[in-house]
Amino acid sequence: MTPVNVTVGPVTALILRDRGAATMIVILLVAAILVPALNLLVPPGSFFYIPSYVVSLLGKYLCFALLALSVDLIWGFCGILSLGHGAFFALGGYAMGMYLMRQVGDRGVYGNPTLPDFMVFLNWHELPWYWSGFDNFTFAALMVVAVPGLLAFVFGWFAFRSRVTGVYLSIISQAMTFALLLAFFRNDMGFGGNNGLTDFKDILGFDVKSDVVRAALYFSSALAVLAGYLLCRFIVASRFGRVLVAIRDAETRTRFLGYRVEHYKLLVFVVSAILAGIAGSLYVPQVGIINPSEFSPANSIEIVIWVAVGGRGYLHGAILGAIIVNYAKTYFTGALPEIWLFMLGGLFIATTLFLPKGIVGFMTKIRIPDRSNTTRSNAISETAGK
Amino acid sequence: MTRSRFFVLVNCLVWLVVSRPALADVTTDIAGLAAGSTKDKIDAVERLVSGGNSNAIPVLKAYLNGNLFLVKSDGAAVIGLPVASGVRISDARDGREIGIVKKSTLKKIRINNRLRKIVRSALGGMTLLSKNRDQRLTAAHDVFKSRDAGMIELLKTAISRETDDTVRAAFKRSLAAIQATSDNDPAVRVAALSILAEFTDQDVRALVSSILASEDSAGSEVSRAAGKALEQIESRLQARNIAASIFQGVSLGSVLLLAAMGLAVTFGVMGVINMAHGEMVMLGAYSTFIVQDLFRTYLAAYADWSVLVAVPVSFVVVGLIGVIIERCVIRFLYGRPLETLLATWGLSLIIQQLVRSIFGPTNQEVANPSWMSGATEVVGGLSLTNNRMWIIVFAMIVFVLVTVLMKKTAFGLRIRAVMQNRAMASSMGIRTGWVDALTFGLGSGIAGIAGVALSQIDNVSPNLGQAYIIDSFMVVVFGGVGNLWGTVVGALSLGIVNKFLEPVSGAVLAKILVLIAVILFIQKRPRGLFALKGRAVEG
Repeated sequence: MTPVNVTVGPVTALILRDRGAATMIVILLVAAILVPALNLLVPPGSFFYIPSYVVSLLGKYLCFALLALSVDLIWGFCGILSLGHGAFFALGGYAMGMYLMRQVGDRGVYGNPTLPDFMVFLNWHELPWYWSGFDNFTFAALMVVAVPGLLAFVFGWFAFRSRVTGVYLSIISQAMTFALLLAFFRNDMGFGGNNGLTDFKDILGFDVKSDVVRAALYFSSALAVLAGYLLCRFIVASRFGRVLVAIRDAETRTRFLGYRVEHYKLLVFVVSAILAGIAGSLYVPQVGIINPSEFSPANSIEIVIWVAVGGRGYLHGAILGAIIVNYAKTYFTGALPEIWLFMLGGLFIATTLFLPKGIVGFMTKIRIPDRSNTTRSNAISETAGK
Repeated sequence: MTRSRFFVLVNCLVWLVVSRPALADVTTDIAGLAAGSTKDKIDAVERLVSGGNSNAIPVLKAYLNGNLFLVKSDGAAVIGLPVASGVRISDARDGREIGIVKKSTLKKIRINNRLRKIVRSALGGMTLLSKNRDQRLTAAHDVFKSRDAGMIELLKTAISRETDDTVRAAFKRSLAAIQATSDNDPAVRVAALSILAEFTDQDVRALVSSILASEDSAGSEVSRAAGKALEQIESRLQARNIAASIFQGVSLGSVLLLAAMGLAVTFGVMGVINMAHGEMVMLGAYSTFIVQDLFRTYLAAYADWSVLVAVPVSFVVVGLIGVIIERCVIRFLYGRPLETLLATWGLSLIIQQLVRSIFGPTNQEVANPSWMSGATEVVGGLSLTNNRMWIIVFAMIVFVLVTVLMKKTAFGLRIRAVMQNRAMASSMGIRTGWVDALTFGLGSGIAGIAGVALSQIDNVSPNLGQAYIIDSFMVVVFGGVGNLWGTVVGALSLGIVNKFLEPVSGAVLAKILVLIAVILFIQKRPRGLFALKGRAVEG
C-alpha cells in the first residue's frame, strides 16, 4: 500500500465498495424480475424471449453465487479456507432432494406408494427412520438449514476449540467432504448410492419441470442471493465483522486482546454452512438431480477459485466470480472440452499470482489511485491557491 | 477282482513312471475299447494307461464322459464336444482339432459302470503319479474334493514315492480326508483327524466341522477328535488372518509412506502443502511406463530390469519438474500457504489434462518384472504377493536414504536449518531460495519414485495421483511435520488400522472411519504426532 492509499484510500474505498454494493443490489433485483418476465410474458418467437433452459441455467449460477458468498464470508473475512464447503451445499441439496423424492409418491417406475424407486430396487421394505418427515415441506426446509448447520457446528466446535488453523483446517475439511463422499456412495446409506436422487415430479404440488415453476425457482434463487448478500454485508459491517477481520489478520493478537476467537469463528462458520445449504436446496430442483459427486473434494476447491477470481474479501466479488467462472465453464465444456481443465488450472495459478484480490480488487486498485491522485492534486492546487 | 486289477494298474503306472516306453498307437487301443468283451476293454484301458501316449489322459476322460467317438467312414478315433451345429471333433492321437461334423457321421464308444470305475481310478492314478508336479498337486486337490475311497491305496503308493514336500503334504491331506470321512475303524478316523488338524485352510475347516456335525453321539472318540482338530485349525486360521492383515496393513502403509514422504519434506520446509503432489506421483508412474517402453523397443532382453532403471529416471525427471514449478510459481507465493495450495491445485489440473491429452485417458499397462510377480508362501499357508513385498522393502530403502540425506549431508543440514529458522539460516549465508527449490525438487523426486512403486500395483492412468493425495495428506497431518519418523508412524498406523477395520466394516466404511479418526485426532494434537515445538509452530 502506498502512503496515498493510507491517507485518502479508505474513505474512497468505502464509498466505492458501497457503490459496488448498490450496483449489485440493483442488478440482482432487476435480474430477479426481468428474466422470469422475459421468459413467461414474451412470446417464444420474440427477440427478447429467454428460453426456459437458460432460466434454469441462470438459476444454477445464482445458487453457485450464494455458495461462493458463503465461502467468501469465512475465507475473505475470517481467513478460514474451507475445502469442504461443497459438503454443506450437497447436504442442503439432499434434504431438498428427499422432499422431492417423497413428492413423487406412487408415480415412480415401480409405482410403490411408500418407497422411492431405488429402495424398491434394493429390496428395502420400509422407509428408514431418517426419511420420515420429509414429505412435509416445512420440515424439509428446516432440515436444509439444520443439517449443514449442525455438521458445521460439530466440525467447527472441535476444530476451532483446539485451534486447528491454516492448511491443517483446509485439509481436514477436505477429509470431511471426502468421508461424506464415500459414505453417500454406499447403497445402504439409503440416499440412492451412486445415482443419488433424481426423477423429481412436483414441488409444493406444482410440476417441477413447468416453465412457471422454473421461473419461480429462479426468482427464489435471485432473492436468496440478495438476502444472503445483505446478511453478509450486515455481518461484515457490524462490530462482529470487525472482529472477524481482526482474526483473519492477526488471530493470536485478537485472542490476546480478550476476544473468544473460537466463538466468533464458530458462529460465522455455521452461518456460512447454512447459506451453502440453502444454495444447495435451490440448486437441486433446478438441475433435477443430486448425487454424491457434489461431495467430491475437487468441487469444493472449485468454489474457492470462484471467490478468488471474483475477489476475495469483496462480497459482490464472490457473486461475480461464481457467475463468470461458471459461464466460462458452460461455454468451454461445450465448445472446447479438452481446453477447460487447462483454463481452470491456469485460472487458479494466474489468480493467485497476478490477481490476489481478484477482478473486483483489481478494478478497485485501478480506480483508487486515479481518484486519489486527482483529489491530492486538487488539494495541492487548493493550498497553492491560498 | 477290482482290487487285483487295480494293483496291476498301479504296477503298470509305476513302470510308466520309471521307464519311458515308445509311443504306442492309440487308435488300435481305442478300437479295442469299442469292441469285444468287457475284459478285452479292460485290457485296452490298461494298454492305454501304460502306453505312455501324451494324449491318453484326455482320451480316457472323454471315454468316461461319453465323448469318445469313431468316425463311421474311416474308423478314426476322435474326441468330440457337442456344439449347436453338430460335434466339434479333435484327433484322439494328438488332440489336433479337426472341425465340426454332423453327429450322424460318428459312432459313440460306449462305457459301462464297471469300466467307468476302472477308468476313473486309472485316471486318478495317472495324474497322481504324473511326472508333472503341478498335475500331481491338482490331482491331490481333486481327490480331496471327491473323497473317493477307491483312491486310498493309490494315494498311499503316491505318498511313498513322492519326493516333493508340498505335494506329499497335499497327498496326506487328501488321504486323511478320505479316511476321516469314510473309514469304518474309529481309530483310523481319529488318526486321520489328527493329521487334518495340522492343516490350516478353509476347506479342511469345513470338512472337519461337517464331520463334527454328522457325528451322532457327542461323546464319541471321533467327535472329540474332530472337535479338538477344529479348535486347532480355527485358532491357526485366526492367527493367519491376523498375520495377513498385518502384512496387508504394512503393505498399504508403505505405499502411503512412499506417497507421503515427499509431501512431508516439502511441507516441513516450506509450510506449503503441494496439491499437485499426487500428479508428481502420476508423472513418476508414466516415466516408468516410458522407460519400460524404451526397453521393450531397444533392449528387449533386459526388459525385466527396466523398473530398476526407472527409479533414478523418475527421480530426476519429476525432481526437475518440481524445481521448475518451484521457480516459476511457488516462490512467488511464500508466506501465503493457502494461495500456494490453490495454485498447486491448478497445476495438478493442468498436469492431469496434459497427460490425458498426450497419453489418452485410458490405463497404460506397466508389467511386473518376473522377479516381482507371483507370490511367496510363508508358514501356515499364508501367501504374500511378491510385488507388495518388494514395495515394502523399497519403501524402507527410500526412507533410509532420505533420512541419511536429511541427517548426514551438508544439503540436509541446510534444509533443516531453513526449516527451523529461515531468517537465521539466511543470515548465516545459506541461499534459502535455492534450498527451497532443491527441497521442492527432492520432494517431487521422491514422489516420482513413489510413482515407480505404484505403477507396479495400480493402474497407470491420469487419475492415479488423485487416489492417493487425500490419504497422503492424512498421513502428513497425522504424523506431523519436521520429523520423518512421524510420517512412518502415520503411514503404518493408518495402513494397519485400515486393514484391520476392513473385514469388520467393509473397505469403504473402514476408510470413512479412518478419516473421521484422523479428523478427531487433529483436535487432540493440532500439529500431528511428532510436532515441531517452539517458535517454528507459529511460522
